[in-house]
Amino acid sequence: MNRALETAAAVRSGERSAVDVVEEHLARIAEREGDIHAFNVVLADEARAAAAAVDDAVRAGRDPGPLAGVPIALKDNLCTLGIPTTCSSKILEGWRPPYDATVVARLTAAGAVSVGKTNLDEFAMGSSTENSAFGPTRNPHDLTRVPGGSSGGSAAAVAAGFAPLSLGSDTGGSIRQPAALCGVVGVKPTYGLVSRYGLVAFASSLDQIGPFAATVADAALLLEVIAGHDPMDSTSIDQPAPSLVDVLAQGVEGLRIGVLHELLDAEGIAPDVRRRTEAAADALSAAGAKVDEASVPAATYGLSAYYLIAPAEASSNLARYDGVRYGLRVDASNTGDMNEASRTAGFGAEVKRRIMLGTYALSAGYYDAYYGKAQQVRTLIIRDFKAAYEQFDLLLSPTSPTTAFALGAKTDDPLTMYLNDVCTIPTNLAGDPAMSVPFGVGDDGLPVGVQLLAPALGEATMFRAAAVLEEAMA
Amino acid sequence: MADRITRDDVAHVATLARLRLSDEELDMFTEQLAAVLAHAEDVASLDTAGVAPTAHPLPLENVLRADVPRPSLDRDEVLAAAPEVEEHRFRVPPVLGEAP
Repeated sequence: MNRALETAAAVRSGERSAVDVVEEHLARIAEREGDIHAFNVVLADEARAAAAAVDDAVRAGRDPGPLAGVPIALKDNLCTLGIPTTCSSKILEGWRPPYDATVVARLTAAGAVSVGKTNLDEFAMGSSTENSAFGPTRNPHDLTRVPGGSSGGSAAAVAAGFAPLSLGSDTGGSIRQPAALCGVVGVKPTYGLVSRYGLVAFASSLDQIGPFAATVADAALLLEVIAGHDPMDSTSIDQPAPSLVDVLAQGVEGLRIGVLHELLDAEGIAPDVRRRTEAAADALSAAGAKVDEASVPAATYGLSAYYLIAPAEASSNLARYDGVRYGLRVDASNTGDMNEASRTAGFGAEVKRRIMLGTYALSAGYYDAYYGKAQQVRTLIIRDFKAAYEQFDLLLSPTSPTTAFALGAKTDDPLTMYLNDVCTIPTNLAGDPAMSVPFGVGDDGLPVGVQLLAPALGEATMFRAAAVLEEAMA
Repeated sequence: MADRITRDDVAHVATLARLRLSDEELDMFTEQLAAVLAHAEDVASLDTAGVAPTAHPLPLENVLRADVPRPSLDRDEVLAAAPEVEEHRFRVPPVLGEAP
């Protein structure tokens, strides 16, 4: 059921009131949020007021927009005017941004109703949402398991029915991996398709905002609303938003789809996840696609390159948290000590680890061996994807090596945690789009997601294949 | 191939990154960073002679906006978020030496 599309249609026509819709969702949040902890803050009063304004617009004969009255949850690294934006970090606790992120402004203009800010791994660094300064989020399918991360709160919010839609950010898989673990659709758009203005920066050459939804069509609707050029982001691609909802029924007849063997055979892919990926390939083939094995040789170096490049960019981006202009300050007798004391008290262990790793990779004597080398590998990954897309329209792989793992299972070993991202990282390095689509369950009965990958701006084709996979599971 | 990261390296990097680490954290980070860097040896030892580096996925250069004045963020709203303010400026402790 396309809850966002259907809710918007019912609210626009006056058949349903946006206030009723929001109350229904707030009731569901009140019931299960104590167990799940998807939100850092629930914006009940603001949501009621926004919904009432949508209803007023409908009564006055105005169209509130394509997301009229649709509740949405926002990852808490998206700036919201006057509303706390913490990145799940003590260093930003209590900070209220002086502006809205472009995506937030576009959602408001489209009639969407924000119901809360969702939990994440601190500064989006993590794959389980356990690195939050405010405690972990739990997987709605099994409260002893993680929801994935870093956008675990946004994925859990949709999976628990707290909102039909949510937004996350994806730097190395932070939308797709939690989508897979929570059994929802998650999309990392082409780099530059969605404005990053107002997204708190982690690794600027990799970060991209994207949608979560329970269905492919709802995700398409949300991406249409947030995509498109924004002069406030100089890396925003200067062309109109793609049309996605209208192409979903076109199928995959004649499309060439490659099963990406370097990722299917990557470190740690569980046998049940592999079987579901092969079943997805069969479903696409049955729907008329020409499915074959594809190769992107340099993708095997993706994880290593990413864990040099992303921390390097993070170490630079997070230099801004110095206790001077906003956020936490720990007093000291001189500025240098104040900077150090504030950062030491404000950042959690994983953020410190990445800052350290990045600072090391960029430091004199190691720059060429690590950061420089990783940038060259990035060139090779882009080259190999380009070659693959000469033979294939789309690629297919697992999203996450396993289904949702137990809370605490990987917190002591960062490298094991990083290996969760092995299938999702290569597209971030290439700047291309990819999405995770639920495709059945693993041996433990928990959701498995499969990943569709497309060349830059290939979202329309990617969504067509996603719709076919969804239909095959219906 | 680079040498294995040492505890002294980690302490030096912490200073560069303006982080203060306890002895326990120094031990932990030394071990963990070494494990991540060991995994990265596949990249560090790859022959990439003649391959140009990529810093960014889009081929962008000199993205300019129209040279037209437009409103910026309100000064007082921005300063309201600061830990300490004096005379419409961010206030910090002494930069050189100790406070009087």
